Amino acid sequence: MNRIDNCFANLKENGQKAFIPFVTAGDPDLGTTVELVRAMTGAGADIIELGVPYSEPLADGPVIQKAVQRSLERGTTLAKILEAVTIIRKTEQVPLVLMSYYNPILQYGLDNFVQHAVEAGVDGVIVPDLPVEECPPLFSRALEKGLYLIQLVAPTTTEARLKKIARFSRGFIYCVSVTGVTGVREETNNQIANLTSRVRQVTSLPVGIGFGVSAPAQAAQIARHCDAVIAGSVLVKIIENNSDNAVSMVAGLVADFKSALSG
Amino acid sequence: MMSIPDERGYFGDYGGRFVPETLMPALEELSESYRLAKKDKEFNHRFKYYLHQYVGRPSPLYFACGLTRHCGGAQIYLKREDLNHTGAHKINNTIGQLLLAGRMGKTRVIAETGAGQHGVATATAAALFGFQCSVYMGEEDVHRQALNVFRMRLLGAEVITVKSGSRTLKDAMNEAIRDWVTNVENTYYCIGSVAGPHPYPEMVRDFQAVIGIEAREQILEHTGRLPDYVIACVGGGSNAMGIFYPFLQDKEVKLIGVEAAGHGLESGRHCATLSRGKPGVLQGSYSYVLQDEHGQVLPVHSISAGLDYPGVGPEHSYLKDINRVVYTSAEDGEAVKAFQLLCRTDGIIPALESAHALAEAVKLAPQLPPESIIIVNLSGRGDKDVNTMAKMVGAKV
Repeated sequence: MNRIDNCFANLKENGQKAFIPFVTAGDPDLGTTVELVRAMTGAGADIIELGVPYSEPLADGPVIQKAVQRSLERGTTLAKILEAVTIIRKTEQVPLVLMSYYNPILQYGLDNFVQHAVEAGVDGVIVPDLPVEECPPLFSRALEKGLYLIQLVAPTTTEARLKKIARFSRGFIYCVSVTGVTGVREETNNQIANLTSRVRQVTSLPVGIGFGVSAPAQAAQIARHCDAVIAGSVLVKIIENNSDNAVSMVAGLVADFKSALSG
Repeated sequence: MMSIPDERGYFGDYGGRFVPETLMPALEELSESYRLAKKDKEFNHRFKYYLHQYVGRPSPLYFACGLTRHCGGAQIYLKREDLNHTGAHKINNTIGQLLLAGRMGKTRVIAETGAGQHGVATATAAALFGFQCSVYMGEEDVHRQALNVFRMRLLGAEVITVKSGSRTLKDAMNEAIRDWVTNVENTYYCIGSVAGPHPYPEMVRDFQAVIGIEAREQILEHTGRLPDYVIACVGGGSNAMGIFYPFLQDKEVKLIGVEAAGHGLESGRHCATLSRGKPGVLQGSYSYVLQDEHGQVLPVHSISAGLDYPGVGPEHSYLKDINRVVYTSAEDGEAVKAFQLLCRTDGIIPALESAHALAEAVKLAPQLPPESIIIVNLSGRGDKDVNTMAKMVGAKV
């Protein structure tokens, strides 16, 4: 059984919501990423998303763009990220999801990517520029090896598309809370409830909400409409601002998020 | 005409739609609106009306007697897109797309621009049809093309300087896509090339095909036969697709696309995507891309801001693979020489982009007999490039 399914099954049994932190892998280096994953797991992260840096991050706001640049300057590659995952897996059982634009995966080779990701211990993959129409080559290969392709839906997604997307998604459905790029936003969008209820009509998969999640209290509000809350930019900003104690500070905020969701 | 692309936007292996889900419904809506508009008499009538009365079409097909005499071989004809309103072929496409945006009820348009020609053309059509307009332009290009930045502002457009990445055309396009993802409800994204997700490559080609349709009629009228060669520069590839497309079925007509070789193909400082790239996904479509083994896009260079792009339209990738079009390249220095040459031989100041196509013609013409005919797409005029040229020759303006 995929670790993502286990995670949601356990949380459901205990009436809990998942908190999913995102960091860009290799920001500022892969050694720190390994430490971050361990610390965030210790702080209560239920699933962890690792961003694969790509030179053209067109779905990302300025915070992640800068993280991607820092990571690429250190020579981070998909192959090196998979090595880091192998190291993480020696001690951690937290479900790991890679978030990568399509081209790095395509150039790595779809068959190799799926094979190596599964061997390293990756549980799922999110590809923000791979809409459902273009996903079958990756989806079918991933499914065969037990790697989950997690699909995104947006407030603009039509009913017809929702149905199709649900058929091609595994693990959970990632709801983009706003029309926009990644980044911290103050206001909680009132479209969220509408989107998640539309999603629940077409799938029994857990529903996660991300993009614009900025603070634990806001996450608790959002969590009323879903099974998982995803936060990235607010954590990545800590890494940008604190070169010395980023790991413990990120872990501290992850603990705050988790406790807000459990409250 | 070949009935490509297919319904998913593929030209052979190339094209498709690789964008965030947020944009997919907008692309579906755009495809449907365009499909209906294409069949609509009123839409086609308005498009033709503005091309004729506003852009000044048809543009002449001029026999370049000076250049022909200089080269001493084939007869060289120039398709004078530089004589269009705003000074380049870009206006053909922006008139078409903004008429469509109006039909779709959009109130705001955005665009990316490299040399500024597409930005000016979008700002112009936005002023004409009453749209709010924002144009994204890389910081490096804002400096290189200061004149066009001011033209856009005069036309009422907001010019947004893009400081991310390499600060050129591709980064302007990333930023325009981010704007579109955020404001998709009221905003129309007017892409300036035959690149991006389906239906843009097909739609932009169709709006630009007027270049080739006219050129084909005009050469038949002037000479009673089809040309031996049609030559155009290729960055994203819209002027080239526009002139090539109506000749694709004429197997005897050889088509040559000229990419920018910058400091040379071996220097690593060029943007010859089809010559040196490999297939990958960039900015919404699968096509040739200048990238490293990890799929990261490589820095590119050309003296011409309009060609300074690491990707190329998917239909060009297809035409390369099926060998219908030959893609070659010209270095910065060759383009500069061709630029200066045409100024002197025929009294025409060409855009540096178009000068790449001229450079190929200058190489080719002397090898051909005098009865041969070459058409070069003179896609734009060079007024915008005089500062760059002055710097090259060490003159003060």
